[in-house]
Amino acid sequence: MLNPISLAFKKAKNERRPALLTYTVAGDSSKKQSLEILKSISKYADLLEIGVPHNTPVADGGQIQTSSYRAIKNGIKMKDIFKIVKDFKKSKYSKPIILMGYYNMIYQFGENNFLKESKKSGVNGLIVVDLPWPENRMFSKKCKKNSINFIQLLSPTTSNKRLKSITKDSHDMIYYISMLSTTGGKLKVSPKRILQNYNKIKIISPRKNCVIGFGITEKTISKFKSADGLVVGSQICKEITRSLNNRQNPVINVSKMVNKLKNKIS
Amino acid sequence: MKLKKGIPVIDQGNRLGFWGGKFGGNFVPETLKKPIEDLEILFNKLKNNSSFIKERDAYFKNWIGVPTRFIKLNNLTKYVGGAQIWSKVVSDANGGAHKIYNATVHCLLAKRSGKKVIIGDTGAGYAGKMLSMAAKKFGLKCKIFMGAKDIKRQQPNVNAMKKNGAEVIPVYSGSQTLVDAVSECMRYWVANCDTTAMCVGSTVGPAIFVRICGWSTSQISRELKLQLINEFGTVPKKLKLYNCVGGGSSSFGFWNEFMDYDKKQVEFIGVEAGGPSKSQKHAAPLTYGSKIGILHGAAQYVNQNSDGQIEETESISAGLDYPGISPLHCFLKDTKRARYTAASDEEALKAYQIVTKYEDLRPSLEPSHAFSVAIKEAKKLSKDTIVVINSCGDAYKDKKILEKKLGKKYVKSN
Repeated sequence: MLNPISLAFKKAKNERRPALLTYTVAGDSSKKQSLEILKSISKYADLLEIGVPHNTPVADGGQIQTSSYRAIKNGIKMKDIFKIVKDFKKSKYSKPIILMGYYNMIYQFGENNFLKESKKSGVNGLIVVDLPWPENRMFSKKCKKNSINFIQLLSPTTSNKRLKSITKDSHDMIYYISMLSTTGGKLKVSPKRILQNYNKIKIISPRKNCVIGFGITEKTISKFKSADGLVVGSQICKEITRSLNNRQNPVINVSKMVNKLKNKIS
Repeated sequence: MKLKKGIPVIDQGNRLGFWGGKFGGNFVPETLKKPIEDLEILFNKLKNNSSFIKERDAYFKNWIGVPTRFIKLNNLTKYVGGAQIWSKVVSDANGGAHKIYNATVHCLLAKRSGKKVIIGDTGAGYAGKMLSMAAKKFGLKCKIFMGAKDIKRQQPNVNAMKKNGAEVIPVYSGSQTLVDAVSECMRYWVANCDTTAMCVGSTVGPAIFVRICGWSTSQISRELKLQLINEFGTVPKKLKLYNCVGGGSSSFGFWNEFMDYDKKQVEFIGVEAGGPSKSQKHAAPLTYGSKIGILHGAAQYVNQNSDGQIEETESISAGLDYPGISPLHCFLKDTKRARYTAASDEEALKAYQIVTKYEDLRPSLEPSHAFSVAIKEAKKLSKDTIVVINSCGDAYKDKKILEKKLGKKYVKSN
């Protein structure tokens, strides 16, 4: 039987489109609202990444930082994040959940404890931004034992030799960072070149589902239709901020945006 | 956990860059793996290369102006009435603090790697000022990341950076101090590592930056050892080396050459920033038993809450106002080679008053923390004990704070 992450990719492939992955920060702008956002966007998105907010993020741009600080200020804790996942998993359009964050949050919770809680609440995958290969080898093995996908990251600076080793140690899904940038940067490389790099990964590792993230927005998403999956994060976080500033409902606005994103790749 | 003899501490990390198997490492985004590896290869090649060392030494001598003075503080010794009190006046170095050594080495490395731009973080503004000086000297474009709160409280250094042609980028996120400046600088590097070199301003960050900085500041103890032998004919039988510790670059450099001595002969005392005496906040993770966590790419003792969010610090000295501490110091603490304690804001100010009253020396608020503990302990020590305090920065940058806290009469003009 396929695990839920692979299944989601397969379903998208059957519909001849890339899978749509969203990224929102847990607890942004409140615990309740972030759950509502997840529930409403899951009608359109195939996999949902949930950011675990951290206050010294070394790879996040302004939009995600704003969302993270907002969530932390509103008191989000690790245990609340697992609760959000658990509640979401009971909802009507439940989709695979990937937690994304920085290693210190896992380290303080205890690796084993973190995986136990993840499994219990229904987390399907993990992305740990600052735990690269080979440092992540032990932890990624532990994830596998717990039927949780450890999602390896690749970037334009990853050498061919590293690429081979990393994909070999990866599980069902890999994440390609499109360009040298923090999250939310403007696309500074042509989609053609990004897809060239992406294809290089697919040649080495054809069976793994490879998603592209960083710089993917309403404007750019349709140019990457040939990928297995596409991640939109900063633009959604920005929409939450914009909605709050204009005293509008972020749930409705974000949901509309994700619907549009889906239409652009369908 | 054990400290090895005969091997430089900066080279005692394991294959993955962990000292004692658990401090340091490389907790970085995938994008930075390659530039970090490139820098490692370059540094490992050059650190034993005689022509590179010759080049470094020439800049140290002719431009930085080493050696800095080693002086006896006669009046202070008399006032305290215990051990002999001496100071290594590292603030003599070009620019007024020890940060110049690391900045110079990073610029030399950047030149070798063909990078045209160098970026750096700064708290007190010294790391930034020195990097801007060195960048100018070596013809590199320079950007300095600095917390908005620090920009306000360390104006003289900000002005110096701008005068040297550096772009000072204010950081408004989080507590708007050093911790946020380092984060923002690393983020900028993630996005520009193909064209830009990064200098981390202290012995913190991914392992290679810890090593380069420690290698650079070790100049201080190389000089001190010669100066001690020159003065006493040998390394004294009872020697105590006091140094403030923020990130830990000056203290590591002040101690490195004496690492293999028995601690009964050469004792290292690191003084962290205890913050205002009435506040719960501090910047002293070693003294107050903070837990190990990951900050800026390295495992270290760090002030954090139970969830792993990094906690805000508070200290009168911007240069010590950092929630973490170098992996090297975590290692020296756990191997018991060094002893760590803290001084409060008030104690540092008091020490500044005493030192400036008795001596023609004007330590900045950072080394004033070390003076505070040294003065207290020297009282109880025998006359044949040699206490040396690293006066690693000049108080000119603290003018505004000192005027506010102590009144104008304590602030000599410059």
